[in-house]
Parts: sequence; structure tokens; C-alpha cells
Amino acid sequence: MDIFTLIALLIYLFAIGYLGYQGYRQTQTATDYLVAGRNANPVIMALSYGATFISTSAIVGFGGAAANFGMGVLWLTVLNIFMGIFIAFVVFGNPTRRMGHHLDAHTFPELMGKRYGSRLIQVLCALIIFCLMPLYAMAVIIGGAEFIAPVFHISYDAALYVFAVVVAAYVIAGGIKGVMLTDALQGAIMLIGMLFLLIFTYIQLGGLTAAHQTLTDLAPNVPASLAAIGHRGWTAMPAFGWAAPGSTGGEAVRYHLWWIMVSTIVMGVGVGVLAQPQLIVRFMTVKSKQSLNRGVAAGGIFILFMTGVAFVVGALSNVYFAKHEAIRCTIVEEQALFDPGPDGKAALTRVQPDAAPEVLARAKPFVTYRLPGETEAQPPHSLLKAPSVKIERGMDGGMDIIRPGHIAISRTVTLGTTLQGNSDTIIPRFINSALPKWFGVLFLLTLLSAAMSTLSSQFHTMGTAIGRDIFETLGKSHSTRTVLITRCGIVVGILTSIVLGKLVRGNIIALATALFFGICAASFLPSFLAGLFWRRMTRPAALASILVGFATSAFWSVFINAKTATGLGICKAIFGTPTLLTDAFSPTWAVVDPLLVALPASALTAFAVALLTRPMPADYVAYCFGGPKPRQ
Amino acid sequence: MIVGIPDPWIAAAYLLSICGAVICVAYGIFNWNKGDEPVGPEDLQWAKEEKDEIEAVL
Repeated sequence: MDIFTLIALLIYLFAIGYLGYQGYRQTQTATDYLVAGRNANPVIMALSYGATFISTSAIVGFGGAAANFGMGVLWLTVLNIFMGIFIAFVVFGNPTRRMGHHLDAHTFPELMGKRYGSRLIQVLCALIIFCLMPLYAMAVIIGGAEFIAPVFHISYDAALYVFAVVVAAYVIAGGIKGVMLTDALQGAIMLIGMLFLLIFTYIQLGGLTAAHQTLTDLAPNVPASLAAIGHRGWTAMPAFGWAAPGSTGGEAVRYHLWWIMVSTIVMGVGVGVLAQPQLIVRFMTVKSKQSLNRGVAAGGIFILFMTGVAFVVGALSNVYFAKHEAIRCTIVEEQALFDPGPDGKAALTRVQPDAAPEVLARAKPFVTYRLPGETEAQPPHSLLKAPSVKIERGMDGGMDIIRPGHIAISRTVTLGTTLQGNSDTIIPRFINSALPKWFGVLFLLTLLSAAMSTLSSQFHTMGTAIGRDIFETLGKSHSTRTVLITRCGIVVGILTSIVLGKLVRGNIIALATALFFGICAASFLPSFLAGLFWRRMTRPAALASILVGFATSAFWSVFINAKTATGLGICKAIFGTPTLLTDAFSPTWAVVDPLLVALPASALTAFAVALLTRPMPADYVAYCFGGPKPRQ
Repeated sequence: MIVGIPDPWIAAAYLLSICGAVICVAYGIFNWNKGDEPVGPEDLQWAKEEKDEIEAVL
């Protein structure tokens, strides 16, 4: 890391620390504004909400997914704006605020528990959140580490620990307090960073229309493995369809990418955002509907620039890597051999000089090189030596120049990844390679901002789930031990996320995020919405809906969805087969997201059970909707 | 072909994203001064408890 980067980082951390300290001493949190009976500045409120919502997961993970799969991921931006901002703020925000204040609920599980008069529902919601939110936190941490590693020229593991220390320090120093100015500063940095990224990228690639046209013309470069599952280019939606039952070979997987993109990537987060516990409680911190109305304006712009830019730039990175990238370096080897394993799907390892003939036969050639300023003590970089690679020796002041000509995902294939590459490293690689050094520093701060504001809200949610929602609810009283348990919950949340980040790396950020969002939607959304708007909703219906939504999501993830089922390995261990799908079913079911099955199931359950069970006591329902508290 | 994108579904997503943000801005501006409510006792009580809880944890 050079001195310029270090100075910028120290200034940023000092500014955050200073604002946090000022907030600590003065009235600077949303609740302080509420206590004072004032509206917080709507731009600051919206930036604060946006900074909590958008993280490295969106920028690095989903940006990488867009680089891999194409601009179809922009449908997620559409849903994020219409659902995550407009519907959430305009339709759900004020009822949530009113009910939360009236029932004195400070967490999402508590809101559900008090609306339905059920400690069981509160504890169940909290358990789901505590057990599964580490998946989402893990995704955010991995996104940060994948960017820190190349900027600081350190290993991924080292970057993970550095990032974990920074986040823990931020949380301990008061990050969970949610000082609005700090959140807003982070949101502003994110906005500026993404704005520059968009402008630079379009300028670099010849303008808006020219860049899109060049990306369209790259369609023949789609790798065979992606074309086989329906990829038709980065400015086209994947092929839509439904494979016939019993299909095999290419026919079986022809439409996979459409269902992966739409059901998991777009709908998992696009719908799931409405049921995110750490976002729902934010609506309780505003003074009135007026705050929410004003926040919609800033929120819409913010989400457009965060996710819209990340996905457009992600897709356009293919143009940069294929047509513009020129690496000024010192070549170490022009023909290094890396072994992808017997099935071609293992993590690449260096072929030893005395390797067996079959290893040599399946080995792939790579070019290894060092960048200016790197020493021989540092391991060289590597890139796949495809026919597109052009090498010019001793050109620029004695340096070599490599023009890889790869598309984005191929550019990430290196020692330690599989031949399929790692989409989570595309955005960091693009930033470091294509943009000026000073922008890389700005973007590092952008990502740190995005990650820390999201992570602190996640860890706080995990902590209160264990402390307030489970421990205090089961113990029936508030005690000082609640605080200790909450702090322990926060620490356990941080540690679990870091351990998962170390164990599960590679093409995981978008998937883990979408999985968590989807499970939240299936488990919580029907009973949350019904609780806000339908007086006929009953406690048994809410309980049944949560259980059906969660169980269906879990079953589908463990036994049906190919990616999660094979990753977890439970189905194979029990039944000896990767998934339970037989030839009687269309193979396309294997890539349908659990959400598409679990959410309708939990919604139908909520509706049916509510109508089949006795209405809740009229005075209690009236209380939930603003009436006086019934006598016990 | 819209903004260099031939697929109408992709072009629609690109344009709807921008339209969505514009609609949000228009909504915010139109309703800028609507919906204000006085802070009631239970709002204050909620805010104080929230503040105390967070500061206890820190």
C-alpha cells in the first residue's frame, strides 16, 4: 500500500471517528431527532437508509453477477427503486412507524410478537434472523475483503482479518448507534464514488451508445459453459423457457440462466428487501410521514446510482477487459502450467516439474507476471493464456505489455480459482486496472462506507435478536444480563461471519445475499404485511405462515435447488443423490429459487389459516391499530 | 435499438430504472410538505427507550 492510500484511509477513519464522537456527545441520531420532536434532514435520513441497505454485496457481488450474466441484472435496480424505496417508504413506512411506537416494539421480532400477542412468534422470528443473518454479513465481508486484497497487495485471508478489525472497531466505537451524520457521510462518499465510476467508465469506453454497442458486439465471446445455460450476450436477456421433464444434456440446462437471474438474483433481493428486519425498524425512527415522503426523493436517486451504476459498469467491464486492458508488467513465465484437476473443476494448482503425464495433458497454460514495484518475494499474478492474449516484450521502457483480450469472468481465472473464475473479483479487478489510482482509493472508501453501515446494522440486529427478543422474552423481564447477551450476540455475529468468509469464497456474494433475502421474504413478508393492514389476521395464521415459509425455503434449498443442495451436501449424504429431482420433473426446477415456491406457500397459508381460525380479540386488534391497551 | 441496446427487455430495465428514480423525486417534491404529525407521548417514550437501549449496549 502506498503512502497516498494510507493517508486517504487515515483521513477517512478520522472523519468517521470524529463525526461518531460528535454524535456521541450531541443529538445526532435519528432517535435524538425524534426525542426533540424534529424531522431529521430528509436527505441525510435517506442517505442513512440507503447506506444501510446498499453494501459491498450490491456493488462487488451483484456488480460481478452483472459482469458475468449481463445487463438483465438491471431489473433488480428497477425492483430496488420501486419496491425497496417507493413501496417501502410510501406504503409500509408510516403504518410500521405508528404500530411500532404504539406497541412499543424496538425490533422486528418484537413488532411481530406484540402485533400477534405471541412470545413464540417473537422468539421464532429472532431465531431465524440470528441463525441466518451471518450469511448476509458474510457476503458483505467477503465483498470488502475481495477489494482490499488487491489494493493493499495482500492475501484474501489477510484482507479478511484487516477488514474484520476495522468493522469491529467501528461497531465498538459506536457504529451501531447509527449516528446519522456518519451514515450520511458514508452515503455521500458512496454516491460520489459511483458517480465518478459511471462517468469514467463511459468516457473510457467511448461514450454511452458506443459502449453499449461494443458490449452487444461481444456476444460471440460468451463462454460455451454460459451459452449452454442460455447466455445470449451481455445486452440481452438469457433465453427464456422451461425444459421438458426428462430432458438431458444441453436441453436440460438451456434455460437455466434466465431462472437463476430472474428468480434468485432479481426477485430474491427485489422482493426480499420489503422483509429485511434491520430496514423495517428504520421506519420507526422517523418523526412522521412527511419525513418518509421527503426521503423517497433522495432514496430513489441513491439506489439508482448505487445499484444501477454497479450493474451497468459490471456488464461494461467486459468491454474494457476484452478491448482495452493492457498490463504493463515484467513477465515471469509465458507458459506456466496450472492443473484444474481430473474433472476440470478443482481450484487451480501449479503443475510440478515431475508431474504425471495425465496431469500434464490436462494442464492449462498461464502467463505469470509482476507489476511495477512488486518484488520477487511477492507471488506473481497469473492470467489464462487464451488465443486472445497478445504479448509485447520489452516495449515500454523495458517493461512487457500483455493485452489479455479476455471477457471479465475469464480474466478472474487464476491460481486458487477454478477455470470458471470468481465473479466476486471482477469489480475490484476492474477498478484497480481501468481507473486512475486515486479513484481506486476513493472507491475503497466507498466500499468501506457501504460495508460498515450495513454490517453495523446487521450485527446490532443479531445482537438484539438474541438479547432482547429471545433471552428477555423467555426470561419475561429486562435485566442487565440482556445487555451482556446482546453484546455477546454481536460478537458471535461478527465471528461467525468472518469464519464463514474464510471457508466459503468464490461466486458466493450474490447467491448468499439473495438466499437470505429470499428466506426473509418467504418467512416474514405475508405475516408482516397482513399484520400491518388486515385486522382479520390471526396469531395461528402468522405462526403457520412463518413456519411454512421458512420450512419450504429450507427444504427447497437443501433438497431441490441444485446450487445450494450440492453445496450443502445434505441431500447426497442422506439419499445418495445431489437433489431429489427425478426425470419426472423438468430439470429447470433445479434452478428455481426457493422464494418462488415458499412465498406463495406462506402467503396462502396465512390467508387460509386466518379465515379458518377464530379472529383475535377485537379489543386487542383495536389496540394494535391505535386503540387503548386492553386490560389484562 | 435504444441507447445502443437491441434487446427491448434490457432497454426497458435501463429506462425504467431512471424513470423509477424520477418518479421518486417527483413524489417527494409533490408531497414535500404533506404528512407532518406532532410527536405524541408514546413516540417520545419509544425514542427514549431506543436511545437508552443502544447506549446501554455500547
